[in-house]
Amino acid sequence: MGIAFYIISALTVCGGLAAVLLKNTVHCALALTVAFAGLALLFLQLDAQFAGFAQILVYIGAVAILVVFAILLTRGSDTPKDGVFSKTWLAGLAIAAAVFSVLGWAVLQAAPWLPHETVAPNVTVNQIGDALMGRYVLPLEIVAVLLTAALVGAVIVAMHEKEGAK
Amino acid sequence: MIATPLAGYLLVAALVFAIGLAGALTRRNAILVLIGIELMLNAANLNLIAFWRYGPHPEAMTGMMFAIFSIAVAAAEAAVGLGLVISIYRHAKTTDLDQINRMKG
Repeated sequence: MGIAFYIISALTVCGGLAAVLLKNTVHCALALTVAFAGLALLFLQLDAQFAGFAQILVYIGAVAILVVFAILLTRGSDTPKDGVFSKTWLAGLAIAAAVFSVLGWAVLQAAPWLPHETVAPNVTVNQIGDALMGRYVLPLEIVAVLLTAALVGAVIVAMHEKEGAK
Repeated sequence: MIATPLAGYLLVAALVFAIGLAGALTRRNAILVLIGIELMLNAANLNLIAFWRYGPHPEAMTGMMFAIFSIAVAAAEAAVGLGLVISIYRHAKTTDLDQINRMKG
């Protein structure tokens, strides 16, 4: 494993930590963008070019912008007086630490049996398109319907209610 | 030292997942909870891609397809979640989850 993996991993983890820990919500959204970019770079390191660029387009281009819009629309950038963490933060932190220790223990236990470095798979966008139109055409259509329904639903949920319409 | 590259990617994914879980469980702001959920989804995607890359049949593209569909579903989830947060904010005038404790409007 090269030095690039360690640098990108450190970037991703620091971005994630900042997204969760910072006080100002807008700063959290910007740190989240760094974490998404780090994950996209990890995808590119794993020779998954299409997934990496889809990650950049969808997450950095759409989801991060959506999060910033939601923060600004809800005045979420005002820091509350009684702290940004919930009253039960200790229990949440303990659960997260327990989950990480179980996952890490499982990975380290299984590490000797995990497959070693293999030849990089050569998957072109052409092949991905063929697969999406052939073997995966039904899931593709279902995802298209799901996205349409979800976006129409989101607009209806967030649309301003008329006074007296209740 | 980590034995194989796959173990390294899996450890990074586990760390990002734990960070996202901690954020979703400890933050008061509803939008920050959604950010934590997004981080967890991304960690799962990283696992899928890593197993695809080091699996026995990467030319079948199963793991990568799973990750691509997962990205699409996560985008839908983010749109609906943020729409719900905006709707709740309009109703309750806050996004603080400790104060939103009634189901009756």
